[in-house]
Amino acid sequence: MQFFGGSSLTSVAPESSPAPAAPPGTGTGSNAQVIYVFNRNGVCLLYREWHRPLRTLARNQDQKLMFGLLFSLRSFTAKIDPTSTEHANLGAPLLPGQGCSFHSFKTNTYKLNYMESPSGIKLILLTHPRTGDQRDALKHIYSLYVEYVVKNPLYAPGSPIKSSHAK
Amino acid sequence: RRGRPARPKEPGFSAAAGPPANLQPAPPPPGAAPLCRPRNLAVNSAQPSAVAMGTVAIYSLFIINKSGGLIYYKDYGSAGRMDTNDSLRLASLWHSMHAISQQLSPTTGCTGIDLLQAHNFDLHCFQSLTGTKFFVVCETGAQNMEILLKTIYELYTEFVLKNPFYEMEMPIRCELFDLNLAQVIQKDRVALLGR
Repeated sequence: MQFFGGSSLTSVAPESSPAPAAPPGTGTGSNAQVIYVFNRNGVCLLYREWHRPLRTLARNQDQKLMFGLLFSLRSFTAKIDPTSTEHANLGAPLLPGQGCSFHSFKTNTYKLNYMESPSGIKLILLTHPRTGDQRDALKHIYSLYVEYVVKNPLYAPGSPIKSSHAK
Repeated sequence: RRGRPARPKEPGFSAAAGPPANLQPAPPPPGAAPLCRPRNLAVNSAQPSAVAMGTVAIYSLFIINKSGGLIYYKDYGSAGRMDTNDSLRLASLWHSMHAISQQLSPTTGCTGIDLLQAHNFDLHCFQSLTGTKFFVVCETGAQNMEILLKTIYELYTEFVLKNPFYEMEMPIRCELFDLNLAQVIQKDRVALLGR
């Protein structure tokens, strides 16, 4: 009940089921700029931005482009992987754990941190380029997702998350 | 697209876990005809221990022209074999993704992906002002790859662009470029593995 409708939860959330402890040093979100969460079909379950001066495309286009980029990047890394002897064909659909996957890429203006769960849930965090390894932060976010979204009996998998309890 | 003649791997670059069974024979004597390309470069005394350690500084190098076509590809020890068509496809794919990443930037002034960190390898990319991209696939956590890329760019300007017979945006077939590149990679490898 508390996860739909987007109502503020500040008074309710702390008393509800205990959140998994945040790993030290992940920051309070001051580093993070944008977060995307996709499911395995490309539906964007969550999109939050804290600091985004430039929006090149409309929201939908942007999300589709992001999903497409990640999909292609995974095929690319699986194929170019120098430590594996056997490569699937480029463009063949990859299961979540299959093939070498990447965890971040960096440009001069942003760093994209990526994590894919075994169920195909993709977490993307755009941060400042000099941010360190965010894999722990992403794991923490995923555990929050499991805790508050998946275990919610009223949540229909595949629909966008309307909770405002997101970080 | 035209196939490329298979080039023997550089000496001593075994895959990460492979046994050192593929050492190249000694280089040709100094009196060899200058026209034959010395494919087997000088093997220095640090070679056996380097091979025994089995570590590789970089796995492969790609150079892409400004339209995204592959103009140079050299493999230094990937475990899997990649044929010409695959390398062409990967290069074009990288070109597109480099461009898309600029569109997704949350702030202005993005020039594309500089570093991609995967679980088994890192990929460092350098884009010149003219749009030519140089990228290397190396092991995770490799240092000084940006310097290596800049050095390769300098070699490119010296031996490829100043070559009067080289056509722009065409595949690179310049001997001096290959030679010097091999020396630079070898030096980089020795520096890395000599520690």
